Amino acid sequence: MAFAGINWFKYSSPASFYPVAGKMIPWVASVAVILAVIGLYFSFFVAPTDYQQGEAYRIMFIHVPAAWMSMFIYVVMAGYAAMGLIFNTRLSAMMASSLAPTGALFTFVALWTGALWGKPMWGAWWVWDARLTTELILLFLYIGFMSLEAAIDDPRRASRSSGLLAIVGVVNVPIIYFSVKWWNTLHQGASISFDKAPSMASTMLTAMLLMTFAFWMYTIAMVLYRVRCEILERERHSEWVMALVEERK
Amino acid sequence: MLAVLRCVMMRDLILAVRRLSDVLTTLFFFVIVVSLFPLGVGPEIEVLRMIAPGVVWVAAILASMLALGRLFENDYRDGTLEQLLLSPQPLSLLVLGKVMAHWAVTGVPLVLVAPLLGMQFGMSAQGIGVLLISLILGTPAISLIGAVGAALTLGVRGGGVLVSLLVLPLYIPVLIFGAGAVEASVSGLGAEAHLSLLGAILVLALCFAPWAAAAALRISLD
Repeated sequence: MAFAGINWFKYSSPASFYPVAGKMIPWVASVAVILAVIGLYFSFFVAPTDYQQGEAYRIMFIHVPAAWMSMFIYVVMAGYAAMGLIFNTRLSAMMASSLAPTGALFTFVALWTGALWGKPMWGAWWVWDARLTTELILLFLYIGFMSLEAAIDDPRRASRSSGLLAIVGVVNVPIIYFSVKWWNTLHQGASISFDKAPSMASTMLTAMLLMTFAFWMYTIAMVLYRVRCEILERERHSEWVMALVEERK
Repeated sequence: MLAVLRCVMMRDLILAVRRLSDVLTTLFFFVIVVSLFPLGVGPEIEVLRMIAPGVVWVAAILASMLALGRLFENDYRDGTLEQLLLSPQPLSLLVLGKVMAHWAVTGVPLVLVAPLLGMQFGMSAQGIGVLLISLILGTPAISLIGAVGAALTLGVRGGGVLVSLLVLPLYIPVLIFGAGAVEASVSGLGAEAHLSLLGAILVLALCFAPWAAAAALRISLD
């Protein structure tokens, strides 16, 4: 293991994470752009037209990865929040609060693209289907998390309170994921699962996975960018930030 | 352990009885909200019968949410809460006692009035029976989940509005199964599945909510 020599705990300190994050951002961001370009090319030109849904199905290449990311980011956010509460690490709480806006964005994108897809397919922008409703709850949870954090002035209490809320809300994620199975409503079931072959053409699958990884990398880049601002803001009275500011002058 | 639970419960109940107007305000809020719907939707009894379970449930959730402010706020202001935190008894147990008392003064009156409102909406006797059972199972879960939100927003500016943003999304499963039970029973599907799920939510909330609310109180009073 080449990683064994690195002391990972070193990077849980904001002061040493700040420069590392700064170095990572351009790389991660360019990977995100490259993957998105290839993924969009695959989605629009390579993937075949669906025999039932025509061209309109192509919105799925944005919709499905966004929906995945919206749930995944919430779980990661709750994980960071739990780490922050258990180990009392400052950086974990900052990561949790940096993840929330991107997660809310993807939830919104998933709902919006779902509405665009639903109009031609189901004939309605919105139906009160189990998965749509639970995804909407997820958006409310993100908003609740962000507004609770914004409402409390003491940053330490803000991150601890909102962290607890994130952990309580994590029960919703399995409900969203399994809602199509449990309620068997209008929204179609998962097209990709681990235990059976995917029910779509392989180029479609490639395009979807490319878009997912593009969104993933985009998330990492955005979160690192946001967490850097957060670090500077919360650590503004510490010596290393002051030294950094002096240096920049 | 049980003595502590009873002690906290009795104290909160006595306090509530001494200030009976608070209890009645919640109850009348519930009745008024439900009575607004026939005025807004129109008096067709068929429509009213169809929306009755949902209306009663939403009104019950809003009423018990409005009462959440009183759960910890008064004790927080006069310093009782800090004493509770310092006591050697487990805080989650004390929270459970407070929540049970809160349910007894806000949830139980709602449950008792609900059949009357159901009759006004032209519900069948069977529907009213299921509504009653679903409210009995659901309102304690609502009080328990709400306690977490109330503890998190303690002493926060704009806490009253904020608490609704935090707890309403978490109430949605209770609402779905509560109102769904009545609808399923009226349409002849049987309410057992919905009521069982509602019971499961209550058990889960009983296990985890007092604990989460206690953690939230420790954070808020840090």
